[in-house]
Amino acid sequence: MKIPTIKGYRRENGRVGVRNHVVILPVDDISNAACEAVANNIKGTLALPHAYGRLQFGEDLELFFRTMIGTGANPNVAACVVIGIEPGWTQRIVDGIAKTGKPVAGFSIERFGDIQTIANASRKAKEFVQWASELEREQCKFNELYISVKCGESDTTTGLSSCPTVGNVIDKSVAIGGTASFGETSELTGGEHIVEAKAANAKVVEQFRAIFKDYTDMIMKEKTDDLSESQPTKGNIRGGLTTIEEKAMGNIEKLGRKTKFVGCLKPAEAPKGKGLWFMDTSSAAAEAVTLWAASGAVVHLFPTGQGNIIGNPIEPVIKLSGNPLTCSTMSEHIDLDVSAILRGEMTVDEAGDKLIEIIARTANGRLTAAEALGHREFVMTKLYRSA
Amino acid sequence: MIEFLMHEDHDNVGVAVVDIKRGSPVNGRSLHGKNKPKLKALMEIPLGHKIALQDFKPGDTIIKYGQDIGKVVAAIKKGDHVHVHNVKTKRW
Repeated sequence: MKIPTIKGYRRENGRVGVRNHVVILPVDDISNAACEAVANNIKGTLALPHAYGRLQFGEDLELFFRTMIGTGANPNVAACVVIGIEPGWTQRIVDGIAKTGKPVAGFSIERFGDIQTIANASRKAKEFVQWASELEREQCKFNELYISVKCGESDTTTGLSSCPTVGNVIDKSVAIGGTASFGETSELTGGEHIVEAKAANAKVVEQFRAIFKDYTDMIMKEKTDDLSESQPTKGNIRGGLTTIEEKAMGNIEKLGRKTKFVGCLKPAEAPKGKGLWFMDTSSAAAEAVTLWAASGAVVHLFPTGQGNIIGNPIEPVIKLSGNPLTCSTMSEHIDLDVSAILRGEMTVDEAGDKLIEIIARTANGRLTAAEALGHREFVMTKLYRSA
Repeated sequence: MIEFLMHEDHDNVGVAVVDIKRGSPVNGRSLHGKNKPKLKALMEIPLGHKIALQDFKPGDTIIKYGQDIGKVVAAIKKGDHVHVHNVKTKRW
């Protein structure tokens, strides 16, 4: 098929976004109320309340800043208002986002109180949203979209249909110079050797092995049972998946048949170039997609079997399923039905072309099912307890 | 009409693509291979669940995607339902 062009927003740093959000970003849990008040005052803005940002330290604090700055810096965000309890960390996040060249302003609550902070931040948010509302979409190449992929509530149909469909799109997109990322460290268990065979070179294999070993060591340290109801999940088991190895094989179908991955990323770290990248993420859907959005991904492809309903506030999540029961009983959540693959009426290659068409329509502005239903799961990854 | 799919020719389980009734004759096909096995389902097998394509004894390995996906922990007959009651991970 001829890969379509798309109409996106070209940001100050040259990156292409497909949404035009004005985000009101809390630095910490206690600034959520002020952010939600600003978003309530100024229509068309989006508050992103979350649970963290206080007393974090070390690598966990670095991940926190990477997630906050990356979220504001995402090309789907036109401008950003940052509100924190004190000016130090607030300014660090403002400075990080400002490197993209987009409009960003910070407000801190101490010595002003909520009411005056909300008033000041609301005036700035109004200015930003009116400015953003006049930005126009322009013609961009399909390969300028940074795409992330992760499946959820998998079953045996994901490995037969929806995951290979995503893999087909990865092959087609990376072949024309696209950028993409996969992750889910835990759900590669049993298929590590297959993932390693898909690494571009020995250095990438070594990086992947180190990340996978860290994860396995953590599981062995923390586990209190055989994980038989966590991996696979109860939903996976209901759908017919028996072991973590079987789940991993289906998951790995998303990586494509031809594509090699070119490097490994820390959680929420932006890819350093084109091609397919592995990111060290949890396999919990909302946490993982939040990390990809913070790494700059603008469209997410989400195969599901039993019907995971996740969305993300800034990165549209496109859902596809090959399970005929899910496609009929949960049709409002599914953007692309690929169950014809199971009936032998559609090939994976044809399904991949259909998915590319849905990606282009979504990039052009069509709301995904998750967006229309109001799914805005913004979930920070926390590495360990705060100080 | 097929009732189950395999990923590779040497997979020893298939995935039901319809709800299979106990005692019914079933036809399968390999996605990436040529095999088209026929057998009789000994149990009810819901859509998405696995059917055994051979007899297994405890300790045997289940092959799907052409890969090891776990070990047999209770005897399985050709045509049986294969799931958490008779197969476990080798990992944890």
